[in-house]
Amino acid sequence: MKVLVAVKRVIDYNVKVRVKPDNTGVDLANVKMAMNPFCEIAVEEAVRLKEKGVASEIVVVSIGPKAAQEQIRTALALGADRGIHVETDEEVQSLEAAKLLKAVVEKEEPKLVILGKQSIDSDNNQTGQMLAALTGMGQGTFASEVVVEGDKVNVTREVDGGLMTVSLNLPAVVTTDLRLNEPRYASLPNIMKAKKKPLDNMSPADLGVDIAPRLSTLKVEAPAARQAGVKVADVAELVDKLKNEAKVI
Amino acid sequence: MSILVIAEHDNSSLKQATLNVVAAAKAIGGDIDVLVAGENCGAVAEAAAKAEGVNKVLVADNAAYGHFLGENLGELVAEVGKGYSHILAAAGTVGKDFMPRVAALLDVAQVSDIMRVESEDTFVRPIYAGNAIATVKSSDSIKVVTVRPTAFDPVAGEGGSAAVEQLDVVKDAGLSQFVNEELAKSDRPDLASAGIVVSGGRGMQNGDNFKMLEQVADLMGAAVGASRAAVDAGFVPNDMQVGQTGKIVAPQLYIAVGISGAIQHLAGMSDSKVIVAINKDEEAPIFQVADYGLVADLFEAVPQLEEELKKVL
Ligand SMILES: Cc1cc2nc3c(=O)[nH]c(=O)nc-3n(C[C@H](O)[C@H](O)[C@H](O)COP(=O)(O)OP(=O)(O)OC[C@H]3O[C@@H](n4cnc5c(N)ncnc54)[C@H](O)[C@@H]3O)c2cc1C
Repeated sequence: MKVLVAVKRVIDYNVKVRVKPDNTGVDLANVKMAMNPFCEIAVEEAVRLKEKGVASEIVVVSIGPKAAQEQIRTALALGADRGIHVETDEEVQSLEAAKLLKAVVEKEEPKLVILGKQSIDSDNNQTGQMLAALTGMGQGTFASEVVVEGDKVNVTREVDGGLMTVSLNLPAVVTTDLRLNEPRYASLPNIMKAKKKPLDNMSPADLGVDIAPRLSTLKVEAPAARQAGVKVADVAELVDKLKNEAKVI
Repeated sequence: MSILVIAEHDNSSLKQATLNVVAAAKAIGGDIDVLVAGENCGAVAEAAAKAEGVNKVLVADNAAYGHFLGENLGELVAEVGKGYSHILAAAGTVGKDFMPRVAALLDVAQVSDIMRVESEDTFVRPIYAGNAIATVKSSDSIKVVTVRPTAFDPVAGEGGSAAVEQLDVVKDAGLSQFVNEELAKSDRPDLASAGIVVSGGRGMQNGDNFKMLEQVADLMGAAVGASRAAVDAGFVPNDMQVGQTGKIVAPQLYIAVGISGAIQHLAGMSDSKVIVAINKDEEAPIFQVADYGLVADLFEAVPQLEEELKKVL
């Protein structure tokens, strides 16, 4: 079966985020960018499904600026077969991303679509669910285990109370949580091979999708800084401070 | 304005998060209805009717909603919610699952995890793991919003007397089925709403050592949490993870033991009133947010803490 994986180019998770002095956003100039960690897990899961003989082809799609090709190439180096780049320099919000992905799903007709549960920039946690709703598919969100059986997929989900397993009709959407797998690193020969794998380029207009955002960001601020605290010498002093100074016990 | 709040519950009791979400609805202003969707959830509806500020409780009681499957709840809430100006739910794993479906079905954007209401269409929310705080304005006719419960003081759970109305809308999308669940059983308070949280990290070394934290927690009536590293290593189950991708907590007192303080962990606890860090590395970033830092080996400090607490509690 064909698996479609969506990946997003975001700020590297190790980078210390800085808000721009004019409060219009976060400073992304000369900042290291990378594949969203949850998307890496999505790619890895697809590759494992292929290694198990469950997936026959992995198509990776990314929406974003020209440079998002780097993330597509990374996914190809990790084992995806073919890439689709929906290229735009505009801000693409979750609903519009879901609409673009829906258009790709209609072209590609995958049996399974795997996405990260959230991207670590906007922290929205929306796109996979929106895509599932727009395409009339079931969804296994926050997945920690994915088992394909015939025309169903069983997804174990990380929920507030523990774990919950659902069975979904295929085609279906899965969004990954952190413990689904540990992504591998791309080997040098595979990075070289990935350069020759096919990569289609298209625009949102080619897909017939209006990507005008519905939400406008009025300002972005740094969070209120916590006041520096004190070091205590020992446990007795700690308990004394908690009881008599902070009065929280 | 009219606001539909989707209750969070387990079919037998109303979760406190619902009261926090009603508080967010009050901050927006307007009539507040609560939708209780579940199976055999009459007691939940009664509890919701007592919440302060609730105008009407709508009940959709059907097997299709018993396990809160996102596909079915999505269709139900999109149908019931289309007459409202706002649809609100807690940003827990249930709300995060079905609300984006609602938004997509209504062709509107969703505003996730709001911490503050600026006006009926403008909300404040964290981005980049809380390293930046964005003020966003929605231009959609219906605002679909998930709410960070810890950011809003709950309304009173008693005193109201809203009318309860049964709905006979059954939406079974037929796309998904519940198979099973493994829910953690604990006599301790719920992590997300506990007044005191004691969390352990990789420094705990194994799951057995978490017993030390549990003993301390039980003395104070606290919940026990963990870092991702402790969960990934299998010391404790996933529902204990605090952070950007785990639970968001904001207790009166948060005690971080053997946790380094990565930004993704801080994202889940830095709004706590008082933060204590116990770590043997004085350079650990957790000390930058701690009100009280103790540089010590946790295997000495935690048993001492238990003894000292016994003296004063
Ligand atoms: C996309 C993404 C999402 C993430 N989401 C989360 C999340 O939701 N929550 C989360 O917690 N993390 C999350 N992480 C992981 C995060 O980056 C850190 O890796 C993690 O928080 C580290 O956990 P830790 O502090 O327990 O472990 P470490 O960083 O290894 O720290 C262990 C600490 O224990 C101390 N220690 C060791 N032994 C002792 C001792 N005997 N006495 C006292 N102190 C001792 C050490 O000095 C050290 O500071 C996420 C990461 C990514 C990439």
